[in-house]
Amino acid sequence: MTAVEAGIHAQLALAVVATAAAVLAPARLRSLCSGLASAALGVAGAVTGALALAGGQGSTEIPMSIPIDPVVLSPGPLGGFFMIVAGSVGAVAAVYAIGYVQGPSASTTSWAALATFMLGMQMVPAAGDAVSFLLAWELMAVASTVLVLTEHRERAEVRSAATWYAVMTHLSFVLILLGFAVLAAAGHGTSFAAMARVEPGSAGTSLAFVLLVLGFATKAGIVPMHVWLPRAHPAAPSHVSAVMSAAMVKMGVYGVLLVALRLLPVGPQWWGLVLVALGAVSAVYGILQASVASELKRLLAYSTTENVGLMFLAIGAGVLLRSYGVVGSAEVAIGAALLLVASHAAFKTALFLGAGSIIHATGERDLDRLGGLGKRMPTTAVSFGIGALGASALPITCGFVAEWALLQSLIHGARPEDRLVAVVMPLAVAVVALTAGLALMTFVKAYGIAFLARARGTEAGTAHESPFSMRAAMVVSAIAVVGLGLVPGVMASAVVRALGLGGIDVVGPGGLGLPGVGAVLDPVALTVLALLAAAPVLAVAWRMARRRPRRRVDLAWGGGGVRVSPRMQYTATSYAEPLSRVFDDALRPERDLEITHVSESRYLVERVRFRQQLEDVVEVRAYRPAIRLVDRVGIAARRLQSGSIHRYLMYSFVALVAVLVVVSL
Amino acid sequence: MNLGAAILAVVQVTVMVALSPLLVGVMRQTRARLEGRAGAGVLQPWRDLRKLAAKETLRSAGTGWVSAAGPLVLVSSGLLICALVPLVGAVPFTSVPDDLFVVVSVLLIGTVALALVGLDAGTAFGGMGSSRHMTIAALVEPTVLVAVYALSIPVGSSALSRIVLARIDEPASVVSPVSLLALVALAIAVVAETGRLPVDNPSTHLELTMIHEAMVIESSGRDLGWLELGSWLRLGALLGLLGSLLVPWGVAQAVSVGALLVGVLMLALKLALLGSALAAAEVFLAKLRLFRVPELLAGSFVLAFLAVTASYLVVQAA
Repeated sequence: MTAVEAGIHAQLALAVVATAAAVLAPARLRSLCSGLASAALGVAGAVTGALALAGGQGSTEIPMSIPIDPVVLSPGPLGGFFMIVAGSVGAVAAVYAIGYVQGPSASTTSWAALATFMLGMQMVPAAGDAVSFLLAWELMAVASTVLVLTEHRERAEVRSAATWYAVMTHLSFVLILLGFAVLAAAGHGTSFAAMARVEPGSAGTSLAFVLLVLGFATKAGIVPMHVWLPRAHPAAPSHVSAVMSAAMVKMGVYGVLLVALRLLPVGPQWWGLVLVALGAVSAVYGILQASVASELKRLLAYSTTENVGLMFLAIGAGVLLRSYGVVGSAEVAIGAALLLVASHAAFKTALFLGAGSIIHATGERDLDRLGGLGKRMPTTAVSFGIGALGASALPITCGFVAEWALLQSLIHGARPEDRLVAVVMPLAVAVVALTAGLALMTFVKAYGIAFLARARGTEAGTAHESPFSMRAAMVVSAIAVVGLGLVPGVMASAVVRALGLGGIDVVGPGGLGLPGVGAVLDPVALTVLALLAAAPVLAVAWRMARRRPRRRVDLAWGGGGVRVSPRMQYTATSYAEPLSRVFDDALRPERDLEITHVSESRYLVERVRFRQQLEDVVEVRAYRPAIRLVDRVGIAARRLQSGSIHRYLMYSFVALVAVLVVVSL
Repeated sequence: MNLGAAILAVVQVTVMVALSPLLVGVMRQTRARLEGRAGAGVLQPWRDLRKLAAKETLRSAGTGWVSAAGPLVLVSSGLLICALVPLVGAVPFTSVPDDLFVVVSVLLIGTVALALVGLDAGTAFGGMGSSRHMTIAALVEPTVLVAVYALSIPVGSSALSRIVLARIDEPASVVSPVSLLALVALAIAVVAETGRLPVDNPSTHLELTMIHEAMVIESSGRDLGWLELGSWLRLGALLGLLGSLLVPWGVAQAVSVGALLVGVLMLALKLALLGSALAAAEVFLAKLRLFRVPELLAGSFVLAFLAVTASYLVVQAA
């Protein structure tokens, strides 16, 4: 047995242990036992992934009782990379959950589903053929649906969110199944190697490409199939949201990479354009919605759409440039997609765990009622802050490194000989720049409103810091954000191995180099330079502070009148108001202003009521009509079911005849 | 780290700390004279800084460490930009090249620090300024990146010093359509980013219009001093960068006493000229309504995009 096979076996065993612990352990110890076993499952996944990435071989076959080929688990380097991401996120989230879970999320079902979910997610990238892939995919989908449903008794919106999620995730499954079926029929086999034998340029390949990309895009939360994300993430418990957002949606990205690199490496140019367009639209739409959202987890969910959009954009740019023979930039673009995957996993874990910590402490999800949490929850504040820096792609976080690599590949990918690329690349740069700018605003809002100034609601005023396991998990994820940003060489060497392409290498002790486009980034040197620049400032500031400390006053200047009420502070909604006006056409906010006048005079106002509702335009315009149509068809189809046994027998007979006719043709 | 680049960085930082308050002084004086006032003299910003450093600093209840640390971060990021961009000379560090994306992100660190200071005050004004400031920063970003993308295409690198050096070697490229379009776009972005007219009026305290002043309205004493210095440093560095791109001559290509001296003098001259030109233009400009600003920025983005397409024409012709 090779090390990789041992790792796969260990994961299967640990998933059983975690489930058994969830079922058998007494309620008091359930969370601790199952949580630790799930964390071990995640670690085993990450280690196995690292082994596979390092070139370890191994194939585990699990015989099935139904008459199909055995499940084959044989992770390659690319799968190994995604196993590391899924395993590490899962491990951190499981440790966090030990302290976080309470009530329904601490139940047997919830813990068992978490272990199953993590196993499924770690097996998707390990799968060696289409059937195993789909089985693992379905395991992941079903277990995560159970997890989304966790709090269905407490909150009514959870049920509708779970329905949306279940429908969309199965839509994704069906599309992928069809796509694989097309390829398997053409390649005479379900193994990835057989499917890759399909003749390039045949009509089936484009059909399979479209089906697979749509299927994976649905799972990844790409516009317009993103509608489940902003519902499922707020509905699920926060550790589950973290795993879903930081790891599960990446399986969609893995699927697209599988298609673009392994199954259909040669294709027409429009494939790249499709990916770029999907990615660009998702990135801008996602971050726009995030920037005006005031519910914290909804904001983070839309930001996931944005980040996955950037990944699709990077892959698309790579595919497009590859088809034009611009190999250097193409390799950097694909590498940037993987850097985005790793960095998004790190900072989104930190952010969702931080959001969970806020909910744990205050029970409040609405930014408009938070505030001043920085003093009450210092650990949460720092780790959420670091995550926010990562999401806004500022140095020295991993988010910055990834976006830097993406921009470098885009600006060096210009080919003036071809008009299409010449227009697509600057537009892509503009899209990345706009999303970076809006992300900056979004996360300044999220951090500033939640953690700075004074509490806007009573719950926020009495918040407390979270228990140890939650703090530990948050600190680990924050360290990952800064660590990967400071020494991106670690990520770079993993990316090089995962892809087996050039284009990215390690420079100096831990810097990132892009020899394909001639650019280097050494965050350690940048940090040293920044510290040297800051040193005199700090020295002067320290001397001034010693000579004359700040005087605490109740009210310094009272800008904007005497500050009687903390409600007079800017809220998340008011913070985003200018932006929602600028992008009025895309967001279409619904505003109601109701002014009640004093009965004596209509010049005096007694009460003003303001209500604003922001609905997802895609959902309103595309999904609601579709749902209405399906409903109508369903009602019409009800007439078929008259209850008469004779008629049902006739249906069977007609169906039989039809089958016979088709077979005889 | 190479010694030459280190010396140059120290020189640039020192010179910019000395010059940027003077630049603001020159701008205010120009404006005062054009408006028929006597003005306070070009040294007034330095006197203001001395006064603020000596004053007592107040800290109101409810504010946290961000109010104290934010101003220092703003100044440090300003100093780092002065060290990185080609102002006096174009000799980059080998391990920290003056890559445009790095420079922009360091600039954004300062932007974020300022916005958080505004929010931490916990007043309606602070939040209002912060919100407007971040909205404009978000909309400026595409213009900045696409404009420099246009400038980088002929050179094949996003390193600012290489762009400047290429312009010295080939003076005709400075007046090429690519360069002019990109520079106009960049100039609009700089005006928006540093809060000058017509985007923000630096001398107003009218609640309906102020952006920058609203964010710093709760700061006092040395905190306010740092914030002012940080904003001036950003203004100086960005105008200096525009100057280096517009008139690349005089930028030292190697580190020697003579070249640095010429570089410093040329920088002072460029800053004085650009500053007075900007101030003179401001006399004749009214502040735009806040919700008209996006139109201005969209216009600047179109210019930057045209610059990129124009650069393709040039490459194809060559």
